[in-house]
Amino acid sequence: MTTHAVSRRDFVTVLATAGGGLMLGWRAGEPSRAATAAAAAPPAFVPNAFIRIGSDGRVTLIMNQVEMGQGTYTSMPMLLAEELEVGLDQVQLEHAPPDDKLYANPFFGDQETGGSSSVRAFYEPLRRAGATARTMLVAAAAQTWDVDPASCRAKRGVVTHTPTGRTLTYGAMADKAATLPVPDKVPLKDPKDFTLIGTPAKRLDTPDKVNGKAQYGIDVRLPGLKIATVAASPVLGGKVAGLDEPKALAIPGVRQIVNLGDVVAVVADHMWAAKQGLAALAIRWDDGPNGGVSTADVVQGLDTASQQPGAVARTQGNAAAALAGAAKKIDAVYQVPFLAHAPLEPMNCTVHVEKDRCEVWTGSQTLTRAQGTAVRVTGLPLEQVVVHNHLLGGGFGRRLEYDYVTQAVRIGQQVEGPVKVVWTREEDMQHGFYRPYYYDRMAAGLDAGGTPVAWTHRIVGPAIVARYLPPGFRNGIDPDGVGAAVELLYDIPAIQVEFVRHEEPVLNTTFWRGVGPTHNVFVIESFMDELAAAAKADPVEYRRTLLSKAPRARAVLDLAAKAARWGQPLPAGRGRGVALLFSGWGSYLAEVAEVEVSKAGELRVHRIVCAVDCGTVINPDTVKAQIEGGVNFGVSAALWGEVTLKNGRVEQSNFHNYRVLRMNEAPTIEVHLVRNLEAPGGLGEPGTSVTAPALANAVFAATGKRIRKLPLQAQLRSG
Amino acid sequence: MATLNINGRDVTVDVPADMPILWVLRDVVGLTGTKFGCGMALCGACTVHLDGQPTRSCVTPVAAAAGKKITTIEAIGETPAGKKVQQAWLDLEVVQCGYCQSGQIMTASALIAKNAHPSDADIDGAMSGNICRCGTYPRIRAAIKHAAKGA
Repeated sequence: MTTHAVSRRDFVTVLATAGGGLMLGWRAGEPSRAATAAAAAPPAFVPNAFIRIGSDGRVTLIMNQVEMGQGTYTSMPMLLAEELEVGLDQVQLEHAPPDDKLYANPFFGDQETGGSSSVRAFYEPLRRAGATARTMLVAAAAQTWDVDPASCRAKRGVVTHTPTGRTLTYGAMADKAATLPVPDKVPLKDPKDFTLIGTPAKRLDTPDKVNGKAQYGIDVRLPGLKIATVAASPVLGGKVAGLDEPKALAIPGVRQIVNLGDVVAVVADHMWAAKQGLAALAIRWDDGPNGGVSTADVVQGLDTASQQPGAVARTQGNAAAALAGAAKKIDAVYQVPFLAHAPLEPMNCTVHVEKDRCEVWTGSQTLTRAQGTAVRVTGLPLEQVVVHNHLLGGGFGRRLEYDYVTQAVRIGQQVEGPVKVVWTREEDMQHGFYRPYYYDRMAAGLDAGGTPVAWTHRIVGPAIVARYLPPGFRNGIDPDGVGAAVELLYDIPAIQVEFVRHEEPVLNTTFWRGVGPTHNVFVIESFMDELAAAAKADPVEYRRTLLSKAPRARAVLDLAAKAARWGQPLPAGRGRGVALLFSGWGSYLAEVAEVEVSKAGELRVHRIVCAVDCGTVINPDTVKAQIEGGVNFGVSAALWGEVTLKNGRVEQSNFHNYRVLRMNEAPTIEVHLVRNLEAPGGLGEPGTSVTAPALANAVFAATGKRIRKLPLQAQLRSG
Repeated sequence: MATLNINGRDVTVDVPADMPILWVLRDVVGLTGTKFGCGMALCGACTVHLDGQPTRSCVTPVAAAAGKKITTIEAIGETPAGKKVQQAWLDLEVVQCGYCQSGQIMTASALIAKNAHPSDADIDGAMSGNICRCGTYPRIRAAIKHAAKGA
């Protein structure tokens, strides 16, 4: 991993692109005031794209990764502040503007927040950015005093000349530091000398999130702003066949109807009028070719595709021969449904399209793509399209897509002045980019003692990466689709993992929290449980014996089992299930779930114990929070999550029929951290991915029923 | 025209009588701390207080607020219970994306105001109408108890 080579000229370009003061200082609450303050800020020391220090001593850190709850607006500043030698209480944050040159996530090649990658991607670059700035500030002070920089130390934004005790603040040194050359390579701290990284820091975004000041995309307010709400075709590929425009326009507050053929927007003074206007339109749709499609059609297509071999993503030994020669053979088909992300902030985007300029205000996980689509729609040059990012009221992968930006810009082209396009919950639920339906064929061979000698895993589903990051799709393999399946840690002599690409273009699909591993770990760990049962072995012990070459995995498994009192008796109707996770995120998790299934088949999750080894920890409290939240997100999906199609339409519409976890259903969650200085692993998603199999295995322990198709509750009720 | 008492101030707005308070607050008055989540009183993100009672503003028309005091997240910190709840949220680092937390805090403040020492069952009863997609429930529960301790 390399540091971004950023020249001062590059940064000046960024400021110019963003219109200088247009980089919103969200922490100040009032965007307009913050913008004014930024524009009027005193001359600044800007050693790189992440740090600005004013001569007034104000330290501003520019956040390239976006905050959607995962705590990145605290962990990224911790990386910078550790090496810059400032306290977190001394910094202000700004959202970065879109700019792949400055802020690209090295895992993806553009400015993206996803894939549990922020800490992994920026652990070194941000520390280096901080160390570079501190080195220059110390050099400026040393020059002022005419002393050796090695005799100076920096702490909390003050440089001290150790022998004499003289001090100079960063603010006082900012102008001088700005005249010094940017050093190429600066040493980084030894991790054992960290004073901030690894400590439970208070989140910097919390205060404004408890008093209503935090600004999400949906909170944008501008002079003359109109509010629009939309209806896109309920069937993918459908068109408007007719609507009652006069009736909608008759509603007080409705100003304009924008009919773009595939989507209709009602533009109004406020959302209430817009919603009423939309209802009054009584739009009739021509459904197009997908109007008759149902979920069963999709499953049939996947099943047919699963009969053929796929592209080989991992092979060792001769799995076919080992299977044929095994004492016992076990086969299973696993299925996981379409899922909506359902972030609590519905999709929204505010735009102001003018002849020579387009401004966009939204919350996006992919800022440069948001800007790019506005450029394509308007035909304006890149530098005339300005995107202002905001806090995200949940992302979970949904805001990696920019369809709502494209749509808002298209609408904005038809509207005089700024317009905020806000989707209703129903629109959001029915026009998502869903987690794909996956269909997996598993087979394993056991020897006479029950030990696995062969493992084959055929994954059938769409290739999201082929659409989203085409260079990543190689040799017929979607690297996300096979995530965690190819990293299988169990010591089995013959393994084959295949990927069959099968597109069902009746719903848009995309990444969903936990991406490939969320589906694969459910399949792998459920199937591993089936093997343990076939071998009449304890599920923890069975896994343990296969992990002799994976000591970190075995350690979290042992820790979770011990903390969960694995093996201790439980009342009738209850059961414990275990699951293990390892994937390209680099983190090791083991989870034990304790569930209860009532006589009526009602499933309740009582307790989750999760052991986590994610290597170097930046903010341990955030790690715990991400596991707690990730687990609960996984519980919602595993128990109830399912988007279904009928007549080409998504059947679910709001939280009454897309059920999500509530307070009275939430389990107690214990998180146990293994601390070490291994490379940092991703943490935003693994808690979600490891949960469904732990629950399914617990249901098996409680009832003897093996569930191979999610969601669990529907299967328990169906028999 | 309707006159609403919002956070202790009378505000006159020119809106239809059936317009939900949520949109009056957000789109007319400009108080955006109260959030839109579902529009059907299913998620609790839009919770405000009407004379101290937690109320889903997305389904409560302006007409229902006549003569009543509306309190929003922007002013709940001026009440003793609201102040304690906000502080507990900070002390226990409850928040993730934060979008639901205005509603969670409004509901929790109403609970603490009438029940100084809520049990787990009380918390379930009061809070189960508020969805948090980030899954901060364990911390919300702990923070309510923490706030009650400071009562």
